[in-house]
Amino acid sequence: MSPSPKTASKPELDFGNAWEYAAAPEGTKVSIEPKYGLFVNGEFCAPRSKRYMDSINPATEEVLSKVAIANQADVDKAVAAAKAAFPKWKRLKPSERAKYLFRIARRIQERARELAVLETLDGGKPIKESRDVDIPEAAKHFFYHAGWADKLDYVFPGRKGTPIGVCAQIIPWNFPLLMAAWKIAPALACGNTVVLKPAETTSLTALRLAEIFQEVGLPPGVVNIVTGAGNTGAALAAHKDVKKLAFTGSTGVGKELARNLAGSGKRLTLELGGKSPNIIFEDASIDQAVDGVVQGIYFNQGHVCCAGSRLFVQEGVMDEVLARLKVRIESLRVGDPLDKNTDLGAINSIGQLATIKRYIEAGNSEGAQMFQSAAKLPKHGYWCKPTWFTDVQPSHTIAREEIFGPVLSVMSFRTPEEALMRANNTPYGLAAGVWTDKGSKIFEIASRLKAGVVWCNSYNRFDAASPFGGFKQSGFGREGGRQGLLSYLELKS
Amino acid sequence: MSTTDRLAVLKTYKLFINGAFPRTESGRTLLVEDKKGNPLAHLCHASRKDLRNSVVAARKAAPGWAKRSAYNRTQILYRMAEMLEGKSEEFAAAIASTVPGGKSRASKEVAAAVDRLVAFAGWADKFGQVLGCNNPVAAPFYNFTIAEPMGVVCVVAPAEEPLLGLISLLAPVICAGNTAVVVGSTEHPLATAILGEVCATSDVPAGVINLLTGLRPELLEVMAGHRDVDGISAAGCAKAERTTLELGAAENLKRVTVDSSKGKDWYDLQKMNSPYRIQPFVEMKTIWHPSGA
Repeated sequence: MSPSPKTASKPELDFGNAWEYAAAPEGTKVSIEPKYGLFVNGEFCAPRSKRYMDSINPATEEVLSKVAIANQADVDKAVAAAKAAFPKWKRLKPSERAKYLFRIARRIQERARELAVLETLDGGKPIKESRDVDIPEAAKHFFYHAGWADKLDYVFPGRKGTPIGVCAQIIPWNFPLLMAAWKIAPALACGNTVVLKPAETTSLTALRLAEIFQEVGLPPGVVNIVTGAGNTGAALAAHKDVKKLAFTGSTGVGKELARNLAGSGKRLTLELGGKSPNIIFEDASIDQAVDGVVQGIYFNQGHVCCAGSRLFVQEGVMDEVLARLKVRIESLRVGDPLDKNTDLGAINSIGQLATIKRYIEAGNSEGAQMFQSAAKLPKHGYWCKPTWFTDVQPSHTIAREEIFGPVLSVMSFRTPEEALMRANNTPYGLAAGVWTDKGSKIFEIASRLKAGVVWCNSYNRFDAASPFGGFKQSGFGREGGRQGLLSYLELKS
Repeated sequence: MSTTDRLAVLKTYKLFINGAFPRTESGRTLLVEDKKGNPLAHLCHASRKDLRNSVVAARKAAPGWAKRSAYNRTQILYRMAEMLEGKSEEFAAAIASTVPGGKSRASKEVAAAVDRLVAFAGWADKFGQVLGCNNPVAAPFYNFTIAEPMGVVCVVAPAEEPLLGLISLLAPVICAGNTAVVVGSTEHPLATAILGEVCATSDVPAGVINLLTGLRPELLEVMAGHRDVDGISAAGCAKAERTTLELGAAENLKRVTVDSSKGKDWYDLQKMNSPYRIQPFVEMKTIWHPSGA
């Protein structure tokens, strides 16, 4: 981002040179192979396509490794392996199935440092996030779902939950390992087998997970991993032996997949985009709320489907919120993702950076007022300063479309009714935040927000036991918690 | 004068939209014949515009219906059962006039439909306790998941079991707090046409249930692609119909549930009275709140 004249102000909190580069976790070296094949039937193998793509460190633009591009023949092989493994995996005593998942969870915990560093190298997210959120939550998803494997008969009264078959799972690049865990853990716990396609820019931790599957002796074919881009995903979704597709990604691609699957009889769950509202009432605890706003939009560089990208502030506290927000944003550190003090890491890819820049230009050209922090950006890599807009109208592009970057649109409201009307005025319905210290108000607003997750006096909290998923065009189906199991079972009477 | 000299007063069957009984805006009618091919009645041949009008009515009614207490919805569904029971004879005769199997089969179907309404009347203030839960998250938060209405749901009733099939699809949808636009059986539409009278006398608020008689193939595509419909519950679908529904639904990602029940399935209480027939028509919302003094 080129610095804007509006951002020339000096941070109110000046830490001088107190925060020079600090590598973390200290001394962890991660070995990366020069190239990776596909993981099919328990083994790594060269792709039949003979084609590979570069996996780039977005913070340095250096090539980390080469990753296979699976073609139709590779997808066929992977689905065949999953199909062959299904009968035995399905029949395996559920308590034994559970123990495989527990083993996987433990190995993720044991290899947590390595996985965190690799995740940060490959995707650009701050190490403190991969270390404290992505990897521990990934382990927790396996741990949580492990316990379900032998308890499925108790979950749905009067119904018997039976596995569906081969599940195709296509995941995004914003939480690579965590999304793999979100998808794989419930599928396996419910007795299904899996073919997973990681996002094209972030395949490395999923391939490490494949190593873990080997280490724990997971039966061959139960999980297969095919890397590649959109064509690989499309081939996988369309495969006749795939019984269920779980997709996390953009609403555009989600709709395309839904159209492709129409009439196929395949089960489908979609976790798609959002333009989530974060609402601050006058009676909120403003310091907490401001922190929640930062957590809501700048966590993971804003590459979060449930990011609180539309901030609604009640008029009476607008000036105060903006003033405190500015101080808070100016203190965010942008830069080396391996620095444990970094708040915002690198933008995941050059393509995504271009998208974000396009939206920032749209915000400016449509008449909103832009602010960016005075953060200094590294010379190489893909970076975007924490950005926020005021004077945003509901019709502005930046108030309507998902940006998937560190860009906040700030708007005001007068009454709770107006806040609700504007918050719900979107085709999306993934998440929402509401800030007030008044108990009855918070529950009224939470119950009337059309969103699958509502964070009261908090934002961007996740847990394996807590179902996640959207209303409306943010997709359907839930992941995590008891309700998430429904996505991977047939209920029979 | 013998009774046979008296000319019977025939009922004019109309659509049921927004709590009123309009004729189709298209002015078209469908002739219903009895099993011998004798003319029985002329029904409204609902148009795509009627369907869209019904969606408008259903959308308008949705917030109010969702806001009613679950206990109140329970009583209204039970009231529907009471009214349906009172019209059992009329329904049985109407159904038997076109559906193979005679009067006793039809009476059995009507009785099962009444009982289905009673079952879901009872679910209205309980399904939330079965489908929702508290979640033990590993952080100082109180976290719970509740089932909320989806909004406007279109119901496509199966051809057979024209009343029981329709009620089996409709009851879970409105029980959950959604409003409904129903396309009744094309082949045996009389029960759909009479059902409006049950709704109108059961304290069902205007727009919560809208009933259309017409030709199903004409209406499916508009329903599937309609951007203000949130969900579809359909039964008795041929593969091509299912494709039409799912293809159109991708437009705004409406939720489509296709029920493959037929024949005896509709009488299977274990299968039909389950809360997991409500589950596809709710949205699960998870709420987090910090816990700490």
